[in-house]
Amino acid sequence: MDDFILRALVAGCGIALLAGPLGCFVVWRRMAYFGDTLSHAALLGVAAGFALGVSPIIGVMITCIAVGALLLGFQSQSRVPTDTLLGILSHAALSFGLIAIGFMDTVRVDLMGYLFGDILAVTATDIAWIYGGAVGVLAVLAMIWRPLIALTVHADLAMAEGIAANRFKVIFMLLIAVTVALAMKIVGVLLISALLIIPTAAARRFAKGPEAMALITVVLGMIAVGAGLFYSIQWDLPSGPAIVAAATFVFVLSLLSGAGSTQPRQS
Amino acid sequence: MTALVELHNVGLVRSGKRILDRVDLTVGEREIVTLIGPNGAGKSSLVKVALGLDRADQGKVRRRSDLRIGYLPQRFHLDSALPMSVRRLMTLTVETTEDKLLAALDEWGVGRLIDASIHVLSGGEMQRVMLARAMLRAPNLLVLDEPTQNLDINGAVECYQIIQRIRDRTGCGVLLVSHDLNIVMAATTRVYCLNGHVCCSGHPDAVSRDPEFLRLFGPSGASTLALYAHHHDHDHAPDGHVVNDHHDHDHKHDHVHDHKHGPH
Repeated sequence: MDDFILRALVAGCGIALLAGPLGCFVVWRRMAYFGDTLSHAALLGVAAGFALGVSPIIGVMITCIAVGALLLGFQSQSRVPTDTLLGILSHAALSFGLIAIGFMDTVRVDLMGYLFGDILAVTATDIAWIYGGAVGVLAVLAMIWRPLIALTVHADLAMAEGIAANRFKVIFMLLIAVTVALAMKIVGVLLISALLIIPTAAARRFAKGPEAMALITVVLGMIAVGAGLFYSIQWDLPSGPAIVAAATFVFVLSLLSGAGSTQPRQS
Repeated sequence: MTALVELHNVGLVRSGKRILDRVDLTVGEREIVTLIGPNGAGKSSLVKVALGLDRADQGKVRRRSDLRIGYLPQRFHLDSALPMSVRRLMTLTVETTEDKLLAALDEWGVGRLIDASIHVLSGGEMQRVMLARAMLRAPNLLVLDEPTQNLDINGAVECYQIIQRIRDRTGCGVLLVSHDLNIVMAATTRVYCLNGHVCCSGHPDAVSRDPEFLRLFGPSGASTLALYAHHHDHDHAPDGHVVNDHHDHDHKHDHVHDHKHGPH
């Protein structure tokens, strides 16, 4: 196997490892649109990174954190419905990002690579970023796992039982921001939330508990990354769409398989 | 002994609408306080203020520092995207032993459901599991928002009996919300009738000897339930505003009335 393919596979599996458990929360908390908005804002972060002369990953993390904070702040207002606000911010961020990158004559920016991912161009440094980030994000997620599940089940109930909702919301938003920045190179900003959601949806039918569902999501995500990578090389497809297409096939197969479709009633 | 929760002159405004107005409410140890009122009276809002989930715009809310709350929310729905067993739901925010877990579920008659997915439970089963869950934390304050919803009349009577048993055993205070305006738990210490403000409050009259009641609920039910006679000193205009009765100038504008203590 060529080195660049191996690097792509290792990087892709790292992203699947990271996206699985976070994606579960994105689905459980009905935050798919929130993930979309953050990932679209990532393009603006790429431009900011170039403008400030720092690594695009740093620019993306900072931009995503800023947009996430803005969203959390706006959630308590009632003048604009939250989903409308997300839609506005999402597409505004994407448009401003594209415009900003359009202005960068001095730096050659691989726009397609940022939009759809370029898994075959992954470097050893990228892999270090992904696995370093994954260890950090998953360690934090493990620490807040139980309270975050309780908040996801019923926010008022968890708060009445002494869980500080806002703190965990902010931490979770930071974790998504970091994940978006790390996943950008693999699937591109347009498809990051697909990677968070589709393997999770496929895993639901096989899981009896939240932890099992997170693990199954990781495995299905890795299968999607492997298959997507294979066809991406085989047929010279853009890597992001190939991985998301593979994940979609996994999801359709999960629908067709009988497992977990009937949950027997205990008596 | 200081009260578990004490609300004084509490007001709450949401989206320009006044939801609570000058509400006083106290729940002490061993007390069963029943909050009744029509739909939209602000019962659940008041509960959220008492729990500290919502901040009152006016007035004072005092909660005892050692408060351990067992809460049954009015609505509980878990998105089917999140797989969860009864066992996991019970232990979301509490570490417990298998024995205590089973004992709590068994008290509400749902011990057999311990490993069932909560997505297959019926409304009544879910309600019992959530009630068992509220008790599992060994709370000193139980806050139950419409505990008898989804239960039939026998289930409701049994529910009240279990709540009373748990109060007797643990000495916890109970704040109970009911949408039934006239029938409350016989063991209730105080009833507050809420409609934005406290319309009236007092002790319910137990009615176990009332033949009509016996016929409806049977001897066991009739000794568990009580009638609450409302003594309002004002009427409400169609928009909910308080209209004082001008034909009755002698009437004191005092919202709290004493009630005769019935036999119980």
